Amino acid sequence: MPEMTKQRPKHLALHEIRLPLAGYASILHRVSGAGMFLMLPLLIWLFELSLGSTAESAAMFTAVTGNVLVKLILLGLLWAFLHHFCMGIRILLIDVHVGVEKQQAHVSAIAVLAVSLFLTLVLGLKLLGAY
Amino acid sequence: MKRLVVGAHYGLMDWLAQRVTGVLMAIYTVIIFAAALGGATASREAWQAFMANGFIRFITFLFIISLCYHAWVGVRDIWMDYINPAAMRVILHVLTLLALVGYAGWAVQIIWRL
Repeated sequence: MPEMTKQRPKHLALHEIRLPLAGYASILHRVSGAGMFLMLPLLIWLFELSLGSTAESAAMFTAVTGNVLVKLILLGLLWAFLHHFCMGIRILLIDVHVGVEKQQAHVSAIAVLAVSLFLTLVLGLKLLGAY
Repeated sequence: MKRLVVGAHYGLMDWLAQRVTGVLMAIYTVIIFAAALGGATASREAWQAFMANGFIRFITFLFIISLCYHAWVGVRDIWMDYINPAAMRVILHVLTLLALVGYAGWAVQIIWRL
């Protein structure tokens, strides 16, 4: 098929591509995973401070988690985790041929986006100390 | 012959590992969430007593290893998809691997000294 090899490399007009909702949910799976990877040192550090036996680590934990920027990052990471979690379950279901049909896959993508955002709201309010 | 620096024969293994580690982490998440509802995160003392439990430390160790392997496969896939120059890609692979091995050691020693 020479006509297929002619136009390589193919440059995609990314801003013109319209993805189905499942495509956006899929890209957000990658974005959320990358975000969590980049923030791993912060999370392990907070884990370490939360388990530290000294008064300094307790004070440091309170100070760091009280910072507005850290709160925002943690809220973002909460969403990232919940989206990644819900999308992971969707991927596992599709692996065992549940929800493979186009319409079902569309509905499950909406469910992933909606459930993860709802849980982010519920748990995020707890994180921010609203209740 | 010009050889392309691409992977070979580890696709199925990584596909499976990504599922197994993902399921392990999901189960761990449910356990920790249930424990939090049960008061394990109610205070600093309760949290430290909870994490000092032998079984919790055992599954936390599995979680840390799962997380680092899962992140390795996922982040490596990102480099493979977007970074075309082989030298740059190999450097990023090595840096990712070194970071994750270091994170695993750091996180494991946190629970091991409790």
